[in-house]
Amino acid sequence: MTSITDPPQGSFRLSMLINDTRYRSYTFQFIALVALIGFMAYLGMNLVRNLTAAGLNISFDFLGDPAGYDINQRPIEYDSQSSHLRASTVGIINTLIVAFLACVTATIFGVIAGVLRLSNNWVVSKLMAIYVEMFRNVPVLIWIIIIFSIMTVSMPSPRAFRGDDPSSSMLFDAFAFTNRGVYIPKPVFDSGGWIVVAVFILSVIGIFAYRRYATKKLYATGQLLPTFWPTVAMFFVPVLLFYFILGRPITLEYPSLQGFNFKDGIQLRGSLIALWFALAIYTGAFIAENVRAGIQAISKGQTEAAASLGLRPGRIMNLVILPQALRVIIPPLISQYLNITKNSSLAIAVGYMDVTATLGGITLNQTGRAIEAVLLLMLFYLTISLLISAVMNVYNNSVKLKER
Amino acid sequence: MKKTVLFGALTVAGLAAGMASAATLDDVKARGSLNCGVTTGLVGFASPDANGVWDGFDVGVCRAVAAAIFGDPTAVEFVPTTGKTRFTALASGEIDMLARNTTWTFSRDVDLKFEFTGVNYYDGQGFLVPKDLGVSSAKDLDGATVCIQTGTTTELNLADFFRSNNISYDPVPIETNAEGQQQYLAGACDVYTTDASGLASTRAAFENPGDHVLLPEIISKEPLGPLVRHGDNDWGDVVRWTLNALITAEELGVTSANVSDLSAAPTDNPEVNRLLGTEGELGAMLGLEADWAKNAIAAGGNYGELFEKNIGENTPIGLARGLNAQWTEGGLIYSPPFR
Repeated sequence: MTSITDPPQGSFRLSMLINDTRYRSYTFQFIALVALIGFMAYLGMNLVRNLTAAGLNISFDFLGDPAGYDINQRPIEYDSQSSHLRASTVGIINTLIVAFLACVTATIFGVIAGVLRLSNNWVVSKLMAIYVEMFRNVPVLIWIIIIFSIMTVSMPSPRAFRGDDPSSSMLFDAFAFTNRGVYIPKPVFDSGGWIVVAVFILSVIGIFAYRRYATKKLYATGQLLPTFWPTVAMFFVPVLLFYFILGRPITLEYPSLQGFNFKDGIQLRGSLIALWFALAIYTGAFIAENVRAGIQAISKGQTEAAASLGLRPGRIMNLVILPQALRVIIPPLISQYLNITKNSSLAIAVGYMDVTATLGGITLNQTGRAIEAVLLLMLFYLTISLLISAVMNVYNNSVKLKER
Repeated sequence: MKKTVLFGALTVAGLAAGMASAATLDDVKARGSLNCGVTTGLVGFASPDANGVWDGFDVGVCRAVAAAIFGDPTAVEFVPTTGKTRFTALASGEIDMLARNTTWTFSRDVDLKFEFTGVNYYDGQGFLVPKDLGVSSAKDLDGATVCIQTGTTTELNLADFFRSNNISYDPVPIETNAEGQQQYLAGACDVYTTDASGLASTRAAFENPGDHVLLPEIISKEPLGPLVRHGDNDWGDVVRWTLNALITAEELGVTSANVSDLSAAPTDNPEVNRLLGTEGELGAMLGLEADWAKNAIAAGGNYGELFEKNIGENTPIGLARGLNAQWTEGGLIYSPPFR
């Protein structure tokens, strides 16, 4: 009789799928997966069968048909004879416009409010607390409608600007605030205009390059180069120089009242402003909390250590706290940007023609292609959300803690 | 709104099971009430009164159908729908019929798979402008801002009209009539356009109706009528012939006041007898009681009575019969014979 126990047999028995902890989780995951696929297949089959029974089919041919309706905000060429696809494209661009504007503005609001909420000044910090709690806790749709209604009711209509003694007048003869939107001057580029723009972009790039060089020099040699005045000089001097050398190639086109409405200039529609501003202040309140959390996540010892090295408060924030806080702030910031993009689909509440209003609204209604239109909408929002995530993750990787 | 569309699509996907096979009339009878889609509120056509009871010209059609089926004009669940949600609501089976000043068009009938069961109001698209705008023709509206209900035929007519007259406009899409009224009164748009009847009804609700005028141009044909889903012809017949019963009743002089007398015993007029069920089996052919038409007429009166009571010249809306007079009076309202 041998006293040596046999090593565990490698043979696999079916009962191990349930009894063996090594396999049990796979078993249940597999069952769940099959159930999920089965459920989806059931819904899909059901859909196809019922559509056939109703004599309908899934077809995307309608995208090529003339849309037949007009859109008020047209970033690209569009008229009522353009196709539904083109109408959807106009909607997509309108969505991106408002999402971009709102993301930028919300970030600015959020960072300011988040930093100020930690201020030692009691009034400032309480004011910011009120802002955050008030805007964060009321649904964004309500804010959109409130802002839009206030604009519609309180601002004068273009009619009020007419006549010899109008009850309203334009600000500096350049800005008109009406209940249909705000009209601002539009830059008109003559032949040399684009050169000035190019110079401006180059000087901005130059500013960044110079500041990077200054930082490098500081780290390498300890020599502190001046940054403020050179930045200001690089920002203004080349642009102004080229502007006058080329004979003022950029002029402004002022809005003026013609017929029923203001013409010329750029019209920022009331619907765009309401949506943009509401999304910005609403999401800004969330971002403020992210920023506050990020800053508070850095231990106070860091501030004190930096102060004991003789750094001024501004430098402590810029050189010590923020670089570390960004690591905490960026990931939730991504989801706030996604929220803005998705919440922009509330646009139809104020008649802003985003992609939900064109493709998911009028096109869907006029063609009756509900399933196709909703599928396309889902595809669009999914794509744009994943793109935003990807871009922000690249940025996150560049600021996160570099582990060696 | 995104939600509505999504839910609509989900219902189409999920609940469509019931729609293809079931007989709507049986469903309605089993449920004990009719689900009728109406507007979210258009005075005269469909709007809830101070007590929350729906009333109006389109509501009258719903009540007549309910009365024809149940003998009870109150056995109706009114489902308010917007221009955008109405078709999804009907296609998904959420409502049994739609009586919501909906224009009968080719694509809605053929492509969207609905069945229009007649016309209860011949309408056309008009323009409402403030008097002090000094506009006398729609062709003077170059560059104007126009409030327009989104998801309607009027949206397409508007684009066509301005395009064919080579003038420009700035559309402001709105969701409901109430929203349009608010935008228009605040001056956020110069013009409000929808069916002329709807404009008259909207104007009647203004504080100073006299400050606003309807422009003379009627830019489209808008035959408005109740509709049901394609594919259930029996149910379509019930709605179609209830409407026809109201129209025929006016033609034959049967009113809500005399209908019970006329239906008590056979009269000299055989068509009245067939209509009111004292002769023939018309009710049974529809799958209803013999006195179905009597109940429908008793519910709110015949076509003419409904018109006068809700939108006629003695109401604040003040619409003349015009095209909607009986064919014997030079109008277009005409019912096939009950035979």
